[in-house]
This record gives sequence, C-alpha cells and structure tokens, in this order.
Amino acid sequence: MDALILQILNGLDKGAAYALIALGLTLVFGTLGVVNFAHGALFMLGAFCAVTMQKLLTLSTRVRDESITFFEAYKEVPYLESWLGDTGRIIIDYSVPLSILLTIPVMLLVGVVMERGLIRHFYKRSHAEQILVTFGLAIVLQEIIKAIFGANPVPVPAPPAVAGSASIGEWFGLGPAISYPWWRLVYLGFSLVILAAVFAFLQLTTFGMTVRAGMRDRETVGLLGIDIEKRFIIVFALAAIVAGLAGAMYAPILAPNYHLGMDFLVISFVVVVVGGMGSLGGAVAAGFLLGILQSFASMTEVKSILPGIDQIIIYLVAVVILLVRPRGLMGRSGIMET
Amino acid sequence: MVKKVIQKIRKAAISDPDFEVSTRQLPPRGPETKPMTPVDKDWIAIVAFTIIILAMPWWLQPLGAAYPDLMQKFAIYGIFALGFNLLFGLTGYLSFGHAAFLGVGSYAAVWSFKLFTMNIIPAVLFAMLVAGVLAVVIGFISLRRSGIYFSILTLALAQMCYNLAYSVLTPITNGETGLRVLRDDPRYLDAAFGTEHQGVLLGSLFGERMVGYPGFYLCAALLIIAFYIALRIMRSPYGMMLRAIKSNQNRMIYTGFNPRPYMLTIFIISGMYAGLAGALLAITDPLAGAERMQWTASGEVVLMTILGGAGTISGPILGAAIIKYFENIFSALNDSALASAFSFLPHSVQEFVVTILSPFVGEGWHLTLGLLFMVIVIFLPGGIMEGIRRTYRFLRGHGRGSKSQTDLQAAE
Amino acid sequence: MSTNDRTSLSRRSLLKASAAGASVLAAPHFFIKGAYAAEYCNMPTGDTVTLGFNVPQTGPYADEGLDELKAFQLAVKHLNGEGDGGALNTFKPSNLKGNGILGKKVAYVSGDTQTKSDAARASAKRMIEKDGALMISGGSSSGVAVAVQSLCQETGVIFMAGLTHSNDTTGKDKRRYGFRHFFNAYMSGQALGPILAQEYGKDRKAYHLTADYTWGWTQEESIKDATEKLGWETVQTVRTPLGAGDFSQYLTPVLNSGADVLILNHYGSDMVNSLRQAVQFGMREKQVNGKDFQIVVPLYSELMAMGAGEAVKGILGTANWNWQLDNDGTKAFAKSFGQEYGQPPSQAAQTCYAQTILYANACETAGEFTPPAVIKALEGFEFEGLGNGKTLYRAEDHQCFKPVLVVKGKENPSNQFDILEVVEVVPTEQVTYDPSIFGGELGPYEVQGC
Repeated sequence: MDALILQILNGLDKGAAYALIALGLTLVFGTLGVVNFAHGALFMLGAFCAVTMQKLLTLSTRVRDESITFFEAYKEVPYLESWLGDTGRIIIDYSVPLSILLTIPVMLLVGVVMERGLIRHFYKRSHAEQILVTFGLAIVLQEIIKAIFGANPVPVPAPPAVAGSASIGEWFGLGPAISYPWWRLVYLGFSLVILAAVFAFLQLTTFGMTVRAGMRDRETVGLLGIDIEKRFIIVFALAAIVAGLAGAMYAPILAPNYHLGMDFLVISFVVVVVGGMGSLGGAVAAGFLLGILQSFASMTEVKSILPGIDQIIIYLVAVVILLVRPRGLMGRSGIMET
Repeated sequence: MVKKVIQKIRKAAISDPDFEVSTRQLPPRGPETKPMTPVDKDWIAIVAFTIIILAMPWWLQPLGAAYPDLMQKFAIYGIFALGFNLLFGLTGYLSFGHAAFLGVGSYAAVWSFKLFTMNIIPAVLFAMLVAGVLAVVIGFISLRRSGIYFSILTLALAQMCYNLAYSVLTPITNGETGLRVLRDDPRYLDAAFGTEHQGVLLGSLFGERMVGYPGFYLCAALLIIAFYIALRIMRSPYGMMLRAIKSNQNRMIYTGFNPRPYMLTIFIISGMYAGLAGALLAITDPLAGAERMQWTASGEVVLMTILGGAGTISGPILGAAIIKYFENIFSALNDSALASAFSFLPHSVQEFVVTILSPFVGEGWHLTLGLLFMVIVIFLPGGIMEGIRRTYRFLRGHGRGSKSQTDLQAAE
Repeated sequence: MSTNDRTSLSRRSLLKASAAGASVLAAPHFFIKGAYAAEYCNMPTGDTVTLGFNVPQTGPYADEGLDELKAFQLAVKHLNGEGDGGALNTFKPSNLKGNGILGKKVAYVSGDTQTKSDAARASAKRMIEKDGALMISGGSSSGVAVAVQSLCQETGVIFMAGLTHSNDTTGKDKRRYGFRHFFNAYMSGQALGPILAQEYGKDRKAYHLTADYTWGWTQEESIKDATEKLGWETVQTVRTPLGAGDFSQYLTPVLNSGADVLILNHYGSDMVNSLRQAVQFGMREKQVNGKDFQIVVPLYSELMAMGAGEAVKGILGTANWNWQLDNDGTKAFAKSFGQEYGQPPSQAAQTCYAQTILYANACETAGEFTPPAVIKALEGFEFEGLGNGKTLYRAEDHQCFKPVLVVKGKENPSNQFDILEVVEVVPTEQVTYDPSIFGGELGPYEVQGC
C-alpha cells in the first residue's frame, strides 16, 4: 500500500514534468500548425538558465591553492558570501527559485526571436520541412550550450530548506514509511500552478479566446477579420516560457547536460499525441497518465511478472490508446491527420 | 477493378495540381536536347546513376571519402533512405520507426551467419524476410491511423523493439555489445557441406569475402538494383495509385476503393528495403548493435530523405551520403589536420583560419550538421534535389512559376 | 603467410576485378590492396607512423572523450621528444628513445565513437582503411571497446582499450589484438568488498540498482559476489533502463525494502542522476536496522563526481587512478598534463596515455611494427612508473594487474579539482584472479590482414 502511494506520487511528479513540456508543444501544434522538434531544446535552455543563475550567484574570488604548482587550482569563495555573509549564502542557496526571474525574460526573448526569425517562415511549409529546420535548430542550440558549459552534467542544488525528504505519511497518519523529497513536492505544486495559469489565460482572457478559436478553425477566425498570425508570436513565447520554467525547476532533480532536450523530445511527442492533437487538456491528462503508469511498471512486483515492462510501458500504452481511441484521449478530427 | 480505379485516378489527377506536379519527379540528370519519353529518361537516369555509383572510388578521392567502409555506408544508407522514401515520398506517411527494420535485418543476417552459413545470400534473404514480417505487424497496426498518429505509432513500436533488444532480449541480441559471429556457432549448412572457415569469420559470396572493395561493389550493385526497382514502382500504375492516396485519400475511398492493402504493401516493401540495408551492414561488418533501432536512427533516415528531397528518386541517396560524410569525415578533422590543410597560408593567417574553423569540425561536427539542415531547408525548399532542379531551370531560363511540390502540402 | 594464401590471392583479385564490372578506373585499388593483404595491415613505409585515437566527441561522454584525446596528444608529443617528457622519464623498463617509434615520427588521427558500437567501428575502419592507422586506442564504454576490439582482431590492428570496466573486455570477449590497462568490475568488487565490511560492518543488507546492459550486469555480479562472501545479504537487484534520467520510481522502494545499503551500478549521467536523487530522497540521513543507511558507487570517475556535486561527499567507490597519488609516475604525468592543459588529468586520460606509451615501448622492444611481435612484447610485460605502481600485462588475458584505488568523495575539498580522496590502495595480489574464470579465447597471432 505504502509502495503504491509512493509510486502514485512519483507518477504525479513525472507526469507534471511531462505535462508541462507537452503543454507548450501542443499549443504550438494546435495554433501555429508547426511541428517543433526544438521544443526539447527549449526545456534544456530553461534548465541552463538555472545553471547560469547559480553560476552568476556563485561568482567567486579565487584563492590559489599553493600546494599545486603545475596548474591553477583554487578554492572559491563566492563574492556574495564574502560581502553579505550568511545573507549571501542564503541567496546562493535559493538560486533555483531565483532563476525563474532569469528564465522568464530569457525564454521570452528566445521564443520571440525564434518565432520571428525562423518559425514564422515555416507556417506554410510542409511538416517535413518544419521537422528538418527545427531539428537543425535544436542541434545548434545544444551545441552552443555544449561549447559553453561542456558535455558533463552540471549539478544544481535545491535550496537546503527543501533538500531532504518530507514525511508525508505522518501528516496523514499513514506511518513513517511514506516520505518523499521536498523538492519534488515543490515541483509538483509549481507545475499545477503553471498549468492552472496557462489554462486561466486561455479560458478567461479575450486573447485566449481568440487563440482557442484559432485552434478550432483558423479560417473562420481569419474571415472574422482577426489576424491570428499576429497572436502566434505570443503563443510561441508562452510555450517557450512554460518549457523553460519546467526545465529550470527540474534542474535539481536532473543535473542538466546539453543533451537533456533530446532525451525529453520523444516522450513529449508521445504525450502530446496520446493526449490528442490540439487538445491542451488531453496533453495534461496524458502526461499524468503516462507518468503514473511508468512508475507502476517499475515496481519489482510488476517487473518480475513482465520483465522489461518498465522500459516499454510508455510506448505500449501509447499504442493501445491510439488503437482504441483514434485521435488520442481528447483529440479532434482533422488536426495533423494527413 | 484496378484498371477502373486507375482511370479514376487519372481523371482525378487532371484536376489536382499537387498530383500533376509530383508525377514530374524525374532525376535532373541527362541532357535534354530533344523531347524524350519518360522511359528514355528513366534509362538515362539509371545508366547515369550506375556510372556515378560505380565510379565512386575515383571521384570521391578528392573529398577524402574514397575508402571502402564509407562508400559501403553511402550505398547501404542510400538503400535505406530509398526504401523510406518509397513510403514517405509516395504516400506522405511519415514513419518514425523505420530503424526497427534496419536493426531487425541486421540481427537476422547475423543469425543466419550463426545458424546456417557464412554465405551472404541466405543472410540477405532471411533479413528481408524477417524485416518484411515485422513490417506486416507494424504496418498492420500503424496504418490504421494516419498523419502524426501514424508517426507516433511507428515510433512507439520501434522504440519498444529497441528497448527490448537492448536489455531483456539480450540472449537473442547480445544487448549493448551487439550480436557477433563467433567461431563456435553451429552453422548447420556449412557443417553439412563441410565448408571450413579460415581466419576471421566474414560474410562471403562463393568464397569471396564481402569486405573492403568487394563489399562496396556488392552494396553498390544492390543499390543500383534497388534504385531501378524504386524507379519502376514510382512509375507504375501502383505508384500512381499511392500518389493518389497521398493527394486525397478520401476521394479514393469515395470511389469505392480501399487503400489499406496498397498502403500495407508499400510499407512492407519499404521495410524490406530497410531489412536489406540492415543485412548489408551486417555483411560488411558482422556485428549488429541495438543502437541501429533507436529513434535517433529512425530520425536520421527522415532527415536524410528530407535533406535530399522527399519524393525525388535520387534525393534521399544524396541526403544519406551527406549525413554519413559529415559523421565520418568532419568528425575526424582535428586542429592538427586543419593546420596541415591550411599550411599553404602564411602562419598567422593559418592560425586564424584554424581558430575560426575548429569549433565546426571534430567534436563540433554536430553543429555544422545542424546549421546545414537549417540552411538547406531555409534556402532550398524541397531539399537539395529541388534546389538543383530550380537552379537548372533558372539557368535554362524556364521562369515558369512552378511551385515546388512540397509547397502544396500546406500545413493544416 | 603461406603460398596457399598467395594463390587464393590471385583468385581473389580476379574475382574482385570481375566484380568491378564497368568501373575499370577503380581496379588499380584492388591490386594495390591485394598486394598488401599478404602483409600486415598498415605497416608504416614512410617516416611517420600513424596511431588512431577513437574517442566519444558527441553524446554524454564527450567531456571524457575530450580528456582522453588530450592525453593522447600529450603522449604523442612525449614520444616525439617534445615537451618535458612526462612519465616517459619515470617509466621503466623503457626502450623508448624520444625520437618517435623506431625512429619514425608519431602522427595521429582522431574520430568520434559517439559511444555507439556502430559509429565506433565505422570510425575505426576509417582510421584503418583510409588513414593507415597502425594502432587504435580510446573509448569510454565497454560495448564500444568489445566491438572495436573484435574489429581490430579481424583486421590485424592492435587495439589498446581506453576506459572500459566490464569483465567481458578481457574475459569472454578477449582478443589477441586487444589490450586493457584499465581495471575491471571483478577487481572493483575484490578491492571494495573488504573496505565496505570494515567501514560499514559485515551484517548489511544491500539493494542494487543496475544499469540494464552488459557492463551493469557484470558489475552487479562482481560486487554481489564480493560482498556476499563477506557476509552481506543482497535484498534485491533491480535493473534500470539506460538513460532513465529520473530514477524516482526505482528509488522509492529502496527505503522500505529492509536494505541498509544502496549500491548504484550506474555510470556517467545515470550515476550522477541516481546518486543525487537518492540523496534527495533523504537516504543518507535515514536509519535502517539500527544502522546509518549508506550509498556505494562501485565505479567512480572524476567527471561523474563533478557532475554529482555535493551528493558525492563521503561516498565510497573504486578508481583506476587518481592524479593526487603519491608516486613519481603520477607526479610526472599530472605535472606535464597540468602545464599543458591547465587542469589535472582524469583516470580516463591516464589510462589512454599509458596505453599509448606501452604500445610504443612494445614496438621498440620488438624492434619492428609487425603485430605478432608487438603483441608478444606486451604479453607478460612488467613495468612501473606510469602512475599505478608495479603493473603486469598478463599474457593469458591481456589484462593489466596493478593496485586498485578505493576512493571516497572528499568532504572538504581544498580546491576545485580536489573531489576524490584515496582511502586505500589495495595491493595487486588481492585483486588478481584466475584468467579461466571468465572463459573466452584470445585467438590467433597471425591474422589475414586488411
């Protein structure tokens, strides 16, 4: 029982990450009609915003280690720490949450530049060409990151206050066996907030209404005299920011390396399609569903019956769902079916 | 029945601009001095293609690519991309799991070496058979859906194959290390005929070991045959029918015609092409690794095809060659190689050039490849072949504002 | 090679020529190639000798590959008598003269393995077929090492393995033309076991998380054997998919399984992620069975330790070498490398450097480049001064036997490179084993070349 509860938590946590990545991807699919293979790279850029923030905050005075003569070895004392003492230390500890402040403007800029500079020229091009150009862009972005930060993963610590494990079991009187890392709970909460914010934005504002209308039927919206393409830039930037935030907050869980985006690319496409093309709710539902099933499939009890099931569960579920429900969980007909 | 359908397609074709354009996909080679029938042009294309392929050891010399392994790779991945393009170029169905057939073909070929004989003929046939069977299964499932749903189904099925091959199926695939031919394998046929194997075990054709140049000529010969068959398929009524499915599947269905068996057939053919390519990989280098089935490998053949020009006959082969060239040659350039390449320059200039170029070669070859993808697709819509065709048309003064075929597959 | 070979050769050339068909232009290649086929592959004819360095330049191990390449370049420099000579000054018994190998200047070519067997073999083939490489070295994974090693056996080119830790490389997949300086999983187990028993007691329950591929399995097996011999109990072994990223679903059952030690048979970014996540799950603060919960990482690398950051502190594991070891060879090499590149070398760099020097020395000892002679010079070769102390290249399986380091993540690093500290140098005798336990055969000395 305890194990099940823990695996549900794991699943929700994974699902939150999947849902956040898939949300932006499906938004771009649905409104812009663009297959964006660089979406994973946006997630990766977000994670490196956290890395950058941490590096900025820990800019250090270097005290040379005199015992080593043949290359420069030094002990680092961050400026913030030497200037502000404990306050500085605390600021450094909170580099990941603080990196949100950096991630939003950076991703906004990246999103706008990408859309204006590249993506908008590809609205009318075939999906195949969209794939090629965005894949090329993804490679270029990740190689730039590799050139700056190297190929090795960079550790980004979570704030010490939430570094350990929360004894959730005791909160609900379920015994001490159920404990779960604080940061993952923070991530889950954060994801829910972001998801809610995006949905509220699309449901409650006029802008969101137009975008949703555009997702349904671009032609009619166009006939009404609304220039939907002008709104694409905001949609794309929004997708970039959501992906970036997902990445930045994920950094303490998964030490970012330049390859991170590619690792998430396939899974995010699977989530979007299982959810149904053009359906935001579907993407979120599919994210959580796949996350939870993946966690269950990894349990030793399950693996002993079906060896290797944890490695294929996501794909297996995707196949089954697409065979049972032709357009995924909540997809509508006609979107990217040809 | 088929005849009737074809007539209907022909009628449909007249009213469909996309259809009309895409039947005009001839390779740009061959002089156009007098009007020729398509058949003439095809023969010119095949002869020209044969010469170009067989002469590779000669004209690739200045490019530093004229060594057997890379030329084998050109030919093998050419076959792979050619087969992929039969599916994607003709029907527009974008399979994102084609590497599964490549990998399974390799495993089948190596198992044929292990169980039957080192002769390559059973290996090739067995590989194509197994890949074909897998294509029946994957195609039967995936073709129930279209568009991106089809792509994700193929991707998911192929990833399942890959993940299982890497771990649980290790007794069959030898997992991460890759399946190899070993001395103590049974090889029942060889044992029955008393064939002894001296030295290293390599695939052979009547005593000739298929590595090095003989290996390359084997791959080249099969590439030429594959090219011919692909051309015939594209020109045939069957190919035309597939194009009709691409341009408007609903219209086909309304004419009382079920496209699914036709789709499945081309899917299987395409899978068998990949199986053949996989077998050749195993023949020229008797090792089958699971990475061959990973999604990155599936993605690679998609990129090869789009880069060269989807729907064109020689584009995918060109795309395959370019990507393999980058992978093998650009990745091997290091600073000292660059320095010696530019040694004709004055020292300071040479240093400057090396500093500028070094991020783009060696460990940076991915960066160059990414930039190349972007540049090509931005400036040459429709891939390299379309670019060549446009240049050709431009030079001949044919300013007819003909849209590229890909322009017409507008995004939804 | 016998006359028998030569007759088959002319028949082969004939067949090849006929296979050539239309392309007469390329025919000369066959005859040239054919003429060489009777000889060994790529015997140097000019005044240079080319070595091939095949390292991962893209993918997750690109940094490790870069470090290996730096070490190779340094070795080439030293062999050619440039620079300060590094560990060449401490290496003995040495026949090296500092004028290249057998008077020929050493040149090198590099390539990208991408940490994939296919790509690595393609790259090695390019070096052999196009660049005329006489020896191939490098690599950062056992799958690649085994794949390239068997290619080298087929073509008759010597392979000096880089970083590869699986028992298979010099076990069931050993080859006459392949040599490994790096240690293996079995040795890790033998070295680590007693230290674990000493630090954490003999009454422990271990939970293994294992990367689901060949290397992971051999390591799990080796560590399990070694610890069970000392009285530990293995509660559970769980296989995790390679590159899983998030290991939470495998980590949550650990704490409630009754185990009090977690052993992570992961490498690279898998290890970085699983270790950091395990720490986030609060495992290091937990008490189970009345004992402090412990995490063990049997195979360490400096880059992984750097990637794992704080999480690595106090975690025990093994390493092939560390730049802070106190011996002449280490000092000479670390100094030379540090001055050249401004950073200390990693263990991957050291093993690649040593392999290059050892190969060059074997050529000098043999007095010729022909592989069988070089192989015989390497087999059973005993040396010291390359950083690992007294080392034997065992003839039976081409595995180096030398002391193994048990290391620990340093609690208070004195500088940014000071991440691991050596807990104990386990003597060679303790990690030596009978070569027959892993099976496999080396194969012939004479190989019908490329």
